[in-house]
Amino acid sequence: MIWLRLLLAGGIVAPVLAGLVLTLAMALRPEASGFAVAGIATSLRLTLVTGVGATLLSVGLSVPLSLWLLPKARARAWLAPFLAVPHATLALGLAFLIAPSGWLVRLVWPLDLPPAIVTVGDPWGLSLMLGLVLKEVPFLTLVTLAAAAQHLLEAHFAAGQSLGYPRSQIWRQVVWPMLYPALRLPVFITLAFSLSVVDMALLLGPSHPPTLAVQILRLFTATDPDARFAAARLAIGLLLVTGGAVAVWRGAEVVTARLLLNRLRKGMRRVPRGAGGAAIGVSGLILGGAAVLVLALWSVARRWPFPAVLPEQMTFVGWQQLVWAQTAGETLLIGLAATVISLVLALIWLEAEDRSGSRMRGGALIVITPLLLPQISFLQGVAQGFLWLGVPAGRMAVIWAEILFVFPYVMIAITGPWRAMDAQQLAAAASLGAGPMRRFWRVKLSLMLRPLLTAAAIGFAVSCAQFLAVLLPGAGRVQTLATEAVALASGADRRLSALYGLVLALLPLLAYGLALGVPAWVHRDRRGMRGER
Amino acid sequence: MSLDLVDVTVAPSGGASLFAPVSASVRAGQCLCLIGPSGRGKSTLLSMIGGHLPRGLTGAGQVVLNGRSLVPLPAEARRVGLLFQDAPLFPHLSVGDNLAFGLAGHVSGRSARRAAISDALSQAGLTGFETRDPATLSGGQRVRVALMRALLAEPEAVLLDEPFSRLDVALRAEIRSFLLAHIRARGIPAVLVSHDPEDADVADHVLTLAPWGASQ
Repeated sequence: MIWLRLLLAGGIVAPVLAGLVLTLAMALRPEASGFAVAGIATSLRLTLVTGVGATLLSVGLSVPLSLWLLPKARARAWLAPFLAVPHATLALGLAFLIAPSGWLVRLVWPLDLPPAIVTVGDPWGLSLMLGLVLKEVPFLTLVTLAAAAQHLLEAHFAAGQSLGYPRSQIWRQVVWPMLYPALRLPVFITLAFSLSVVDMALLLGPSHPPTLAVQILRLFTATDPDARFAAARLAIGLLLVTGGAVAVWRGAEVVTARLLLNRLRKGMRRVPRGAGGAAIGVSGLILGGAAVLVLALWSVARRWPFPAVLPEQMTFVGWQQLVWAQTAGETLLIGLAATVISLVLALIWLEAEDRSGSRMRGGALIVITPLLLPQISFLQGVAQGFLWLGVPAGRMAVIWAEILFVFPYVMIAITGPWRAMDAQQLAAAASLGAGPMRRFWRVKLSLMLRPLLTAAAIGFAVSCAQFLAVLLPGAGRVQTLATEAVALASGADRRLSALYGLVLALLPLLAYGLALGVPAWVHRDRRGMRGER
Repeated sequence: MSLDLVDVTVAPSGGASLFAPVSASVRAGQCLCLIGPSGRGKSTLLSMIGGHLPRGLTGAGQVVLNGRSLVPLPAEARRVGLLFQDAPLFPHLSVGDNLAFGLAGHVSGRSARRAAISDALSQAGLTGFETRDPATLSGGQRVRVALMRALLAEPEAVLLDEPFSRLDVALRAEIRSFLLAHIRARGIPAVLVSHDPEDADVADHVLTLAPWGASQ
């Protein structure tokens, strides 16, 4: 497995480490200290409030939501498309929805002029938190349900109920805390992401001053050559802030566990809680659905003056002119390349483990590191490292940078089903004389068709959603739907930015559709291959 | 004080009942043993009494405990204790905290609750087991802790779903007499599902589940 280690070390670990070291080197240059950044204390406060606040809220909302979804296989299916919608699309749609001249106000406001309130870009970062929560709650809920599937929960619920506790209390006091160790890493990923998000913060967050991550991006792309040293210094600062937040969270876990245990020991049976999970699920679905719908309306609006609830004139000229097609093609190309390479890497890894009969030590760390670090604290360094290696800023660099984030998700999605593969089938194949190669190509890949395509769809969706990984290694020479949608949002053409935002969501949704449809068609006459249900 | 079943049936949606209608009356301190081949629905009948029927199964008939009709009540309001085959304890809580979760809420005050738990453990022959990890218990110890957890909630009836089936034969008799002695001491009715003829020998009544359509 030496060569596999080298491949992963060179392809994934080295860029991340080099990125961090190069950023640190820039931060330590003397030019960095001479550069004053206005409003840095406010930026820091905004980052902490929105990042930690959104994570707390998302975890808090996912608890009742996952209890509600636990017995509902069909409702659960709604989570996947939610996850597939990229951050930029959701943020853009939300902005069009909740802006003072947005759709929500149009539905209820009686006057001809928009109300003089600030919603999008509010100085407290509430809109940004709403956007983050809308995106992270489905993620955490899905992870919770996956963890729940590992236990015989119904026996625990029955035991708790026979002791006189309602299901809602059993879930909050006993079962959810039991599952929490499996949720810790996803929660930390959410925390790191929320503290360092850039695309959503550009679309929904305040701008004077912005969050720390947005400020860092501004400085990295500023014309003043000294600004990037200050940016690097702040980037390292954000890394430390993230580390500190994770440490504080870990401490808060201990205190919370103690409090929960003390409460549990009192043995108080409470009245069952009502439909909290249902309310959260339905309102999230309505909000997210409305955000996508308003994008669809704007993408075909010719004239849509303020108080009108619907566009006065419709036009499909934006769609027909195909201005978006080239960018969509670029996004598709980069997404396919990053996904295929990640998938191949994952398969090589898992097959190598199978053949050597041992798990690679430290593997989980390789997979998870890029997700636990703030992207902006190492991606500029990664871009610089690529330059030194002779990979110019451009498509190649973007694909490599995206793999750092696509590969972990592909690996996570495929590892569980791969290791759960029926060993007897493989033994049967071997006894029929099929060697390792034939077993891999003919048996394993066929059995794994569905999980493989699901992992590919997840990887592709992750790739489509990348913003910084396109912007920094691409150095402005590569435009994907995500970067264009964000760039256009600050312009006057709402129709065009809505169109880009919508196409950005359509690509991953299409991929998810294929991941569901292709195995269903291939296995149409094979009842045993149609999955668990 | 009694648990009364009147024409109880359980059917999958749109299907016939798994077993012929069951009627029985179990008085306080007595034990009814349900026998019948596997797949006949013995455990399902227990789920019906306790309120734990899985989706897709519908019960009919009357279940009355001390004059209260249980059928309209949710499981947590029935005051019916439950002991499963594997006697699962919450794996992330210590033995003591498992018992604390079971102990009725009206026992208040930290020291009173601690005393009640250590008393229950002594009765089970497990003195000082409060901080033990449930995963380190033997099968017999786990069944005893699970029974204590169920009894600390002060149920008005107890349902036992083959709690001895995973224990080896030598241990079975000991645990069986332990369970029955404790249930008799509380003066509550018990229903025991079993495959083992010896279980039927020690029970006060034995009821064989008949297939649907057979005359009772």
